[in-house]
Amino acid sequence: MPVVTEKANLNTKTANLNQKAKENKKVVYHTKDLNLWYGEGHALKNINLAINENEVTAIIGPSGCGKSTYIKTLNRMVELVPSVKISGEILYRERNILDKSFKVEDLRTSVGMVFQKPNPFPKSIYENVAYGPKIHGIRDKKILDEIVEKSLRGAAIWDEVKDRLNQNAYGLSGGQQQRLCIARCLAIEPDVILMDEPTSALDPISTLKVEELVQELKEEFSIIIVTHNMQQAARISDKTAFFLNGEVIEFAETDKIFSTPSDKRTEDYITGRFG
Amino acid sequence: MKYVDSEQVHKKMGSRLLANNLAKTLFFMATLFGLVVLIVLIYRVLADGLGWINMDFLMNRLSTDPERAGIWGAITGTLWLMLVVAPVTMILGVGTAIYLEEYAAKGRISSFIKTNISNLAGVPSVVFGILGLTVFARALDLGSVVLAGGLTMALLVLPVVVVASQEAIRAVPQFLREASYGMGATKWQTIKNVVLPAALPGILTGVILALSRAIGETAPLVVIGIPALLIPVPDGIFDKFTILPVQIYYWTIDSALVAEYANLAAATIVILLIVLFAMNSIAILIRNKFQKRF
Amino acid sequence: MRRLKGVLHLVKSAVQHDNKKLNVREIIQQKKKSRSVNNYTEKLIPKILFGIAAISVFTTIGIVLTLITETIAFFKDVPFIDFFTGTELKPLGENAVFGVLPLLTGTIISTLIAMLVAIPVGLMTAIFLSEYASEKTRKALKPLLEILAGIPTIVYGFFAFTFVTPLLRSFIPGLEPTNILSPGIVMGIMIIPMVASLSEDAMSSVPNAMREGALALGATKLEVTWKVVVPAAISGIIASFVLGISRAIGETMIVTIASGSSKNFTFDVTQSMQTMTAYIVEVTGGEAAAGTTLYYSLYAVAMTLFVFTLIMNLLAQYISRKFREEY
Repeated sequence: MPVVTEKANLNTKTANLNQKAKENKKVVYHTKDLNLWYGEGHALKNINLAINENEVTAIIGPSGCGKSTYIKTLNRMVELVPSVKISGEILYRERNILDKSFKVEDLRTSVGMVFQKPNPFPKSIYENVAYGPKIHGIRDKKILDEIVEKSLRGAAIWDEVKDRLNQNAYGLSGGQQQRLCIARCLAIEPDVILMDEPTSALDPISTLKVEELVQELKEEFSIIIVTHNMQQAARISDKTAFFLNGEVIEFAETDKIFSTPSDKRTEDYITGRFG
Repeated sequence: MKYVDSEQVHKKMGSRLLANNLAKTLFFMATLFGLVVLIVLIYRVLADGLGWINMDFLMNRLSTDPERAGIWGAITGTLWLMLVVAPVTMILGVGTAIYLEEYAAKGRISSFIKTNISNLAGVPSVVFGILGLTVFARALDLGSVVLAGGLTMALLVLPVVVVASQEAIRAVPQFLREASYGMGATKWQTIKNVVLPAALPGILTGVILALSRAIGETAPLVVIGIPALLIPVPDGIFDKFTILPVQIYYWTIDSALVAEYANLAAATIVILLIVLFAMNSIAILIRNKFQKRF
Repeated sequence: MRRLKGVLHLVKSAVQHDNKKLNVREIIQQKKKSRSVNNYTEKLIPKILFGIAAISVFTTIGIVLTLITETIAFFKDVPFIDFFTGTELKPLGENAVFGVLPLLTGTIISTLIAMLVAIPVGLMTAIFLSEYASEKTRKALKPLLEILAGIPTIVYGFFAFTFVTPLLRSFIPGLEPTNILSPGIVMGIMIIPMVASLSEDAMSSVPNAMREGALALGATKLEVTWKVVVPAAISGIIASFVLGISRAIGETMIVTIASGSSKNFTFDVTQSMQTMTAYIVEVTGGEAAAGTTLYYSLYAVAMTLFVFTLIMNLLAQYISRKFREEY
């Protein structure tokens, strides 16, 4: 197929997809013309992406393509880097989070994050999960107890830790720590959960457990997951976005991307020609 | 053409190796020198003083009669001093460290404060004594009481706490802060609930080392005006007091007059060294136990 | 009836379940509405912490101001030149004379003696620990050095007065019971750990690649140390010397106890001399009445002392920075 027609098809298809998204499901995140610079380096270029609620959206791409950077703009964690500059709009449920009047702490209460390397606090398991509710003002022990149990169950780790809630979280294995971090995230009942390569530091069995968890969680939450493991994206996500050099090359239903990608670069990446 | 004559090199090698071995011995001796002195010092102090330590010695108050003299006043004075120094230096030191590590922009103000702390660390202790005398004892009209001495010593050891706290805070990994921010915590909430608890062992080590320094210094308190003669055992921070090193000082300089004073001084030194050893061991224990937790 | 009870039971548990249903999101939203206090705290904390950090600056300012104001008062009574060139110091009594040279010589000579001990022994110790000692030996010896560094100076003073002086007197004829030699030596011993530790740090940070390069050319360990490591670490080493000097200048108790209070302007180390620091202790010990020249002389001497140590400390920092090898 000639390149021009292909590109036109791609544009139509993405537009159709976004259209469908608007019709069937609510859009939870709408990124408009998002550009980001680390100092002089142009890390994200004109990102336009609409992400639906109650879906698992995967973001794939080779190292350095900007996928981690992108996900960190969604909860403004990227602001922790001093030299960063952002332009464009990021609409979370119709509100632009880049607006100065938008309080970043409110955003992060509704948008949780699970990091690549499990990072529980050097506190007890209970205190780890109770951290979020506590800092947001919940002090009642009975309520906290309930939240802790509910979150640990939600992260499929309750049975393993219910008898040792007061033990230090560092005593858990890597996979357990990551599920603890997910529980910690669930404790404040966020709306969206961002996951930045959550299983890349875990063994295969723990990885599987986390992937199962993600499938369950999408009933209640919207999940955006960055992964460099394409098979994982294919397994668990509903939609996939392919990033390359800071741009979105293609964004479509996962089945479609992995079977009949529209862009040649997507195809090359998926078939392993580079990456 | 060869520039390096292997025969010449071979000839010289002998003397070069000899020099090397001699040097090694010399360096080793130098290292031992310090240790030998340490051993001799401890031996002398124990020899002169150990025999004089008993419950009476610890519990009695000062007396011009060497047989009846005791260091109870100095012991309580030392404890009272620690009671003032510890909280003051901890609040000032940790507060400064938090500001420098978490809030201050990397700029002129930050490096100015850091340079200032370095310079304070190098000021002779007598000069701190002068500061204490002029400002706390006289201008604030406290007199040579526990509070005046405590504030002076707290400032003297402040750099120790600042540096130790800075290092402890720096050692807290960034990913712990990220986890906290990711849940919508504010900066102060993150510092209070995550960073400080994680840095606590390092901070405590610093405070203990600072305290051990504070109770071992003599000059500042002598300058502030702690007298040699009978002092009441302190009951509060507005009471006059003395500490172990000051007691050692007065007994030592009078030992030319009364020979037994040298023994009393030595005995007090033994007690002081035991206290300092205990404090430093606790600090090292804390440091070792909590190092590399992350 | 039973059926009704059963239904009721079902309804009851359903209702109870709903009541129990936790809506954390809502709770948090509600709490956030009453959260204005938190904002206030969040903005206030950095200001408070800055104030605390500023206290250290105020301390320095306090020291400087205190010294300057009273020193100026002193120089109203005693001319600048007389003070700094006067070889006579008789602070007490009717015809008090205030020349600082006796104290300066006391300080400088005691420092000189101390560094003659501390520099060679300290540097050699550092070389041994850094270049020659095995890991086990290092681990065993370093803590002992730190103990030496942690001994309070009053203990060293006692040691100098009751042990070192009698010892020296037994083979140096003419050594007075209070003299400057004995405390000078003991001060040097006290400073050894400082020089050793800082120099060793400087030498340890020289990369092994440099040592290996020299060894591969057939150099002996001594040659590697002397010609490669020490030059590479020289800025840290010299900085340690300068810091040691600063320490010696500021040391009080050892010289106060062991060197007496003679204010003769002399260079004879077997005699008693007084240092600037010992003078301060002596005068404050005597409860000098505020407002007298004697009282002000305290501050003038302290000011001189402060300036000396400040210069040394700044010099050490400068040397560290300027000549630091970039690896």
